[in-house]
Amino acid sequence: MKLRVYAIAYLIFLYAPIVLLPLFAFNDGTVIAFPLQGFSTQWFSELATTTALHTAVKNSLIIASLTAIFSTILGVCAARAGAMAHFPGKRGILGFVMLPLVLPEIIVAVSLLIVLRQILGLDLSNWSIIAAHVLICTPFSIAILNGAFQNIDPSLEEAALDLGESRWSAFRLVILPLVTPGIISSLLISFTISLDEFIIAFFLTGSNPTMPVYIWGLLRFPASIPVVMALGTILVALSILLLTLAEIARRRGLARTGTKDTGGFL
Amino acid sequence: MTAKPLITLKGVNKYYGDYHALRDIDLTINEGEFFSLLGPSGCGKTTLLRTIAGFEEVSSGVLMISDTDMSGVPANQRPTNMVFQSYAIFPHLSVAENVGFGLRKSAMSKAEKATAVEDALQMVGLAGYGARAAHALSGGQRQRVALARALILKPKVLLLDEPLSALDRKMREQMQVELIKLQRDVGITFILVTHDQEEALVMSDRIAVMFEGEIGQLGDPEDLYRRPNSKRVADFIGLMNFLPARVADDVSEEVAAKPAKPLGLIDRLKQPFAPVSGPKALPEYKLGVEVQVPGLGRAIVPTSQVPKGLRQAECIVGIRPETLSLLFAGEKTDKQTVDATIDEVVYYGDMTYYDVRIEGIAEPIRLAMKNLIGRPVLEVGVTTKVIWDERSLVVLAPE
Repeated sequence: MKLRVYAIAYLIFLYAPIVLLPLFAFNDGTVIAFPLQGFSTQWFSELATTTALHTAVKNSLIIASLTAIFSTILGVCAARAGAMAHFPGKRGILGFVMLPLVLPEIIVAVSLLIVLRQILGLDLSNWSIIAAHVLICTPFSIAILNGAFQNIDPSLEEAALDLGESRWSAFRLVILPLVTPGIISSLLISFTISLDEFIIAFFLTGSNPTMPVYIWGLLRFPASIPVVMALGTILVALSILLLTLAEIARRRGLARTGTKDTGGFL
Repeated sequence: MTAKPLITLKGVNKYYGDYHALRDIDLTINEGEFFSLLGPSGCGKTTLLRTIAGFEEVSSGVLMISDTDMSGVPANQRPTNMVFQSYAIFPHLSVAENVGFGLRKSAMSKAEKATAVEDALQMVGLAGYGARAAHALSGGQRQRVALARALILKPKVLLLDEPLSALDRKMREQMQVELIKLQRDVGITFILVTHDQEEALVMSDRIAVMFEGEIGQLGDPEDLYRRPNSKRVADFIGLMNFLPARVADDVSEEVAAKPAKPLGLIDRLKQPFAPVSGPKALPEYKLGVEVQVPGLGRAIVPTSQVPKGLRQAECIVGIRPETLSLLFAGEKTDKQTVDATIDEVVYYGDMTYYDVRIEGIAEPIRLAMKNLIGRPVLEVGVTTKVIWDERSLVVLAPE
């Protein structure tokens, strides 16, 4: 009984701020304060007419998609090597590959800014953000894909070779179908991380801001705060949807191969 | 059938870094043979199998299959197929897709492939299972799918890596018999890797017993069981008692004629009249090597059962438990006996194992008795006699 009270208090602590988002997004008033004024969808319609927001969203979608693809490709390579190959120093190398997971983003952002501008002398663009996002998303991809690859019996690939397939077709016909759920989950999660990442994007953004950076810009104008709330609501809904899809993909993969669920990313 | 060599290994060595996994393996495996690689874990038997399959390259030496050097030939181009220890059934495919996997690149039509798959499933007793999901199969069924998948390609050699170790005892014994039948039917060379000596004895035409990357002994099951060439082979295959002993010299002695029982009066009268007795029978000679076994006594062991050059030296004598027996009350024997005290009794239902103490032997000796009708199970502490036969002694060089 007591435990349940704690659990509920914990959930309120976690989710109350997020619940406030849709509450004020549909509130008919510019001031963020109780009592609520009444139901309105005007902030959402305002979103639809803000062109600067549209460019920011488009920018973010491009960055998030490419980040998801690159980090997943890197993740597949690393996870496969981790699960199936044996080489000296493997543990150490894999440990270092996972390090960006716990590195403060602000450090990554500052150091990348220095490297790109001062050392390499490059102009900031979407590509610099993509590179940085790949850096922070790859460890997540590896973590997810490690699970997928480690569930696979190494003899499966050998069996395919033994039955006459080449290395590549053994991978394509046997390994790939089995890790597809992991790949989908990795794509969705790195997409989500990149989509709402702020610090790095803020430091490395070129002439076109990403969506989080644009939202931060809006905050200077109190009148547009409800619009931010509306945008936030859409983002939260989208994140929940994507993470749910990722989890469904993972569980379906487990069911298909008949392996035991050992706890996933969610 | 004359034995035609199919696989030849000459001086094969395999290193993993500093670790010497295979040491100078010379081996010939014949066509149509059921061959087993037997040994404790880490002895190199699986490495040897994987080398034949092409998953490991030899570090030095030559591996030939059908007179073709296999160096540089990858696994997918060798005339071998493998049944993996984990079966490696593709979990995302159906049973039929698993079995037909190897036919993907063959020139057969779709209908021909379907027939081949159905035939292969029929052969392993899984007819009609084609549409099932592979991950929904039981252990025994997975094993059959793995067999069908490997045999559908009609390899020259089927490699089996501990295929029965994941099954329960009943299933394992059933599959042993089925595998023997299957091998006889398809006539393909089977190479089985196992750590289970009983499995190897039951199934194989020939067995190579491996220790630490070397072949300790190569022979047919009876050879290995009855005439192990070293203590480690004897110890690994079946149960064996080991006694310290001493080899003396080659002897050739006259078999003592049994004292003739004097005939009774009536019998003497029945004898035909013969003033001169006939030619005397030639004396029988026993050839062999004299071995002195403390606790048991002196034995003459056939020369072929004593390592050459082992004369006037310490040795180890091995005795299988089933070659010894207890003398039960009321039974008589004309064989050699020795006094013993029962130290431990292990009852197995059909058999009883006794550990007996014999004066002059430090360790208790184990012997096995069939529980025949009317034969009691003796209790610990009972004194009795143990019957032994010098023909059952295996003389081994000391380690």
